[in-house]
Amino acid sequence: MIYYLLCMLLFVIGLYGVLVKRNLIKIIIGLVLMEYATFLFLALVGYKKGGTAPIITKGFEKAVFVDPLPQALVLTAIVIGLATTALVVSIAVRIYQRYGTFDVKEIRRLKE
Amino acid sequence: MMNIIPLFIALPLGAAFLLPILGYRNFDKQKTGQAKRAVVISIRRRRAKRAVILGKRSKKVPDILVNLITLTLLVLSLMVINRELMVYKMGGWEAFKGIPIGIYLVLDGLSVLMLLIINVVGFLATLYSVNYMEKYTDKTRYYTLFLLLIAGMNGVVLSGDMFNLFVFLEVAAIASYALVAFGTEAEELEAAFKYQVMGTVASGFILLGIALLYGASGTLNMADIARVISQQGIKGMVLFAGVLFITGFGLKAAIMPFHAWLPDAHPSAPAPISAMLSGVLIKAIGVYALVRIIFNVLGLGETKSILYILMALGTVSMVAGALLALGQRDFKRLLAYSSISQIGYIIFAFGLGTPLGFLGGLFHLLNHASFKSLLFLNSGAVVYATENRDLEKMGGLLERMPVTGATSTIASMSISGIPPLSGFWSKLIIIIAAIQAGHFILASVAVLVSIITLAYYLKVQRLAFFGKLGQAWKKTKEVPGLMCTSMIILSLLCVGLGVLLLPGIKNMILDPAVEVLKNGAQYANLILGE
Repeated sequence: MIYYLLCMLLFVIGLYGVLVKRNLIKIIIGLVLMEYATFLFLALVGYKKGGTAPIITKGFEKAVFVDPLPQALVLTAIVIGLATTALVVSIAVRIYQRYGTFDVKEIRRLKE
Repeated sequence: MMNIIPLFIALPLGAAFLLPILGYRNFDKQKTGQAKRAVVISIRRRRAKRAVILGKRSKKVPDILVNLITLTLLVLSLMVINRELMVYKMGGWEAFKGIPIGIYLVLDGLSVLMLLIINVVGFLATLYSVNYMEKYTDKTRYYTLFLLLIAGMNGVVLSGDMFNLFVFLEVAAIASYALVAFGTEAEELEAAFKYQVMGTVASGFILLGIALLYGASGTLNMADIARVISQQGIKGMVLFAGVLFITGFGLKAAIMPFHAWLPDAHPSAPAPISAMLSGVLIKAIGVYALVRIIFNVLGLGETKSILYILMALGTVSMVAGALLALGQRDFKRLLAYSSISQIGYIIFAFGLGTPLGFLGGLFHLLNHASFKSLLFLNSGAVVYATENRDLEKMGGLLERMPVTGATSTIASMSISGIPPLSGFWSKLIIIIAAIQAGHFILASVAVLVSIITLAYYLKVQRLAFFGKLGQAWKKTKEVPGLMCTSMIILSLLCVGLGVLLLPGIKNMILDPAVEVLKNGAQYANLILGE
């Protein structure tokens, strides 16, 4: 249970970073933390105490297996996360080139 | 027949990756000599050079290729109208002891409706892009992202399991972030950043919801989840996941408290992309995914609390979107706020939870796709001809741009609900459904918002197209033929879509879609074949 709580805490810290921080890079770090908390949660869902790798071989027919599906999902989700992070960082770099700052308060050329 | 289902995803996805490879080989040949040098700076010079070296023909290759692909998709989506439910099992993995183990693609009435919307608007937007995107420097990459967007959306509406839905949703979303930033001007980057931060937070919520559902039910197949939930009567976790999904997909669909990114992101994209985003994307990965999961997977169609949340969110976005749109001077920003308001109508109609409400919501979704993409294409045509988005500076453009002016008048009348145009019928159904369900106050709010909608579209018409021709626009020319063609086709749709309510035609497209939502969690039995 404590792991789930810590995982939720990580998610909330990430959300805090996105909502409160003014620096673009810190916002991105918040996003990444949120993503990681979700991945961790997915991996925790598939965990079984004392489980082994889900490969049926001699002597292991009746063993307790961990659920392999969430792990496959997490791998996919990590790849997607890589793509989003790469894109958002490159946009942040281009913003820096245009505005000369990472401060959200000063990046306000759009009309309200 | 069954084998055409994966084509909806494979065709645009394959072409998206083929295009840059071909592009490098044929269209950018002279680049290889100077590839090591700064490519970005020399883009203009390169284009000029390319035109000289390769002539006009090879430059047209990506245009023709992409238009052919979107046309094929359009034909395919017309072919699947009015068919039985089809389930395509990827790799031929059959269910094992009644438990589905492979990846399922499911084509039912609701998916057909969404496929039609995506591929019709997609084709017309590519047709429009041929000329419009000339002023941007890298058309090949634009088309790559565009095809990825279409592949992602087709995947979302066809996917039969939660995780693939998430993957395709991210494909579409990432392509759209990049497309919003496509011009790489300061405003566009700012909007794209805002959009992506909101979008990634939304994806986080959605993935968390999926993880919770998986933890509770032990499966990812939508039909299987629905079955497990109804058999074991899981309550608390389902409600919590439902709220997470409303937050996540609500962010993607820009429902009111989560709308802040839309008025920045949609106007900043190139016009055909604005049309795709506002006309299709927020529906495919927002509204469609939300109603599919809430009604079919979680089976919450009878739960009052969830329906009230949907209705409240819908009403708030309806009213606030319209009021905010009234005060806008920027043509595209006004349209973006209007999108929020119209999405409010759709969510409100689904929140009623009655079959008539579903019919109204789905029909309005279809209509909104036609008139809002047309209006964004119109605004793009105005920008193309005058380089100006400020309504106050326009005036009398109808005289110089008759096609743009006339089609935008049709779209404006349709969106504000003037009979006999299509928008009137869908709003009428929504209002009747609200009265039938006993929500008299909300029904009158919907009527009132419709009047406000009329007010701000009259403002657009008066300021931009009617009145005296501004001195600066004396030499403005109508946009090229292909752009006009796609606007005319869309305006014909705006006029003619009311036909879909006629008895014989209604049970081909709209009724099967309503049926799917009405069946709720029965969805599971249809797919797993009990």
